[in-house]
Amino acid sequence: MSQDDHREGIGGMINPRRYGIERVAYLLMRLSGLGLLAYFIGHIYETSNILRGQVGWDDFMDLISGTEGHIIMSIVIAMCVFHTVNGVRVMLGHGGMGVGKPARPDYPYDPASQNYKHKIGIYSAIVLAAVAMMYGLAVMFGE
Amino acid sequence: MAQVSSISNEQSQTAKSVTLKISRYNPEHDESSGFMEFNVQYEKWTTVLEAILDVKKHFDHSVAVRYSCRQATCGSCGMIINGKPRLACFTKISELDSNVVTVEPMNNFPVIRDLAVKFEKLFDTHQKIKPYLIRDDTELVSDEKEFLQTPEEVEQYIQFANCIKCGLCNSACPTMATDSSFVGPQALAQAYRYVADSRDKGKDSRLKIIDDSHGIWRCHFAGSCSQVCPKGVDPAMGIQLLRGYMLGFKS
Repeated sequence: MSQDDHREGIGGMINPRRYGIERVAYLLMRLSGLGLLAYFIGHIYETSNILRGQVGWDDFMDLISGTEGHIIMSIVIAMCVFHTVNGVRVMLGHGGMGVGKPARPDYPYDPASQNYKHKIGIYSAIVLAAVAMMYGLAVMFGE
Repeated sequence: MAQVSSISNEQSQTAKSVTLKISRYNPEHDESSGFMEFNVQYEKWTTVLEAILDVKKHFDHSVAVRYSCRQATCGSCGMIINGKPRLACFTKISELDSNVVTVEPMNNFPVIRDLAVKFEKLFDTHQKIKPYLIRDDTELVSDEKEFLQTPEEVEQYIQFANCIKCGLCNSACPTMATDSSFVGPQALAQAYRYVADSRDKGKDSRLKIIDDSHGIWRCHFAGSCSQVCPKGVDPAMGIQLLRGYMLGFKS
């Protein structure tokens, strides 16, 4: 961090500890977005193995069918569900929906935009991601 | 004298002590910032600003801090107090529930010295969004009536008119932490304040200013700006409602 600018930098941007669950959701949204991007690139590489013929394809399927592959897939499921549900919440908020109505503020000035609807949305995204992840693990390891 | 003495004794009986860690940094001499610790007495009503002024009075007069009204009206004494942006005059030490109070200059603002930061960028972006009523006619002409509004029309923007330009929202914003060109929640909330004002006719020109890659689209609705606002302005709400105008959900 440059003292001239005194910006917090990426460390400050991703610090989830100071501003409640909304900032945790902000961090998870970024992490899941980057994770899904990495998966998308990996998925293209994975499916391109078909060009190596049946043997190459089977070799790669063996690689991702192991324990590590199943764990990675379950994390991808969790990221996908969280990013989708939280993304819907954020998109609605970006359109000005569910952020409350302007009114004269009263002390202690609880911000209307950080209302229970959004908190429910965030906790729902986390719970649904966990449930989907566990279901995925059960299906993959249950075979 | 006896009365003063008894008041003094009474104060000392209820006073507690706290360690005040003050960030010290002089860009002209220092390469990096460091902390100086002071042990100060406080009562349950003592604010962080009063403790800093106590340090200046009794221990080290060279501590640099900007303040003026001492009643959360001027917006001068914003700083990071125990990790969060707050107004020093509006934060009681007893409310922090800690034996150590750490004060640092606000993040995302250049430091002048110690706890004082430069506000030029904040004022520039505030000015950029045209923080005044735009219309062809005026209410200053004689025999003209003032621009009347219904209470409902006032409610649309009055919350956002409470902004004291303290900069706490810009300090808490995660986008401001990495993007030096971002307009910031303070200016965006003020853009909404004028767009929502029924007397204003400058909505199109104002929306054009913030419709920029470093403008309103850089807000990701983390909401930290609203959580630290000491006047209940709720910039996050203003920004999302403003984005509703731009996306066509509002007219």
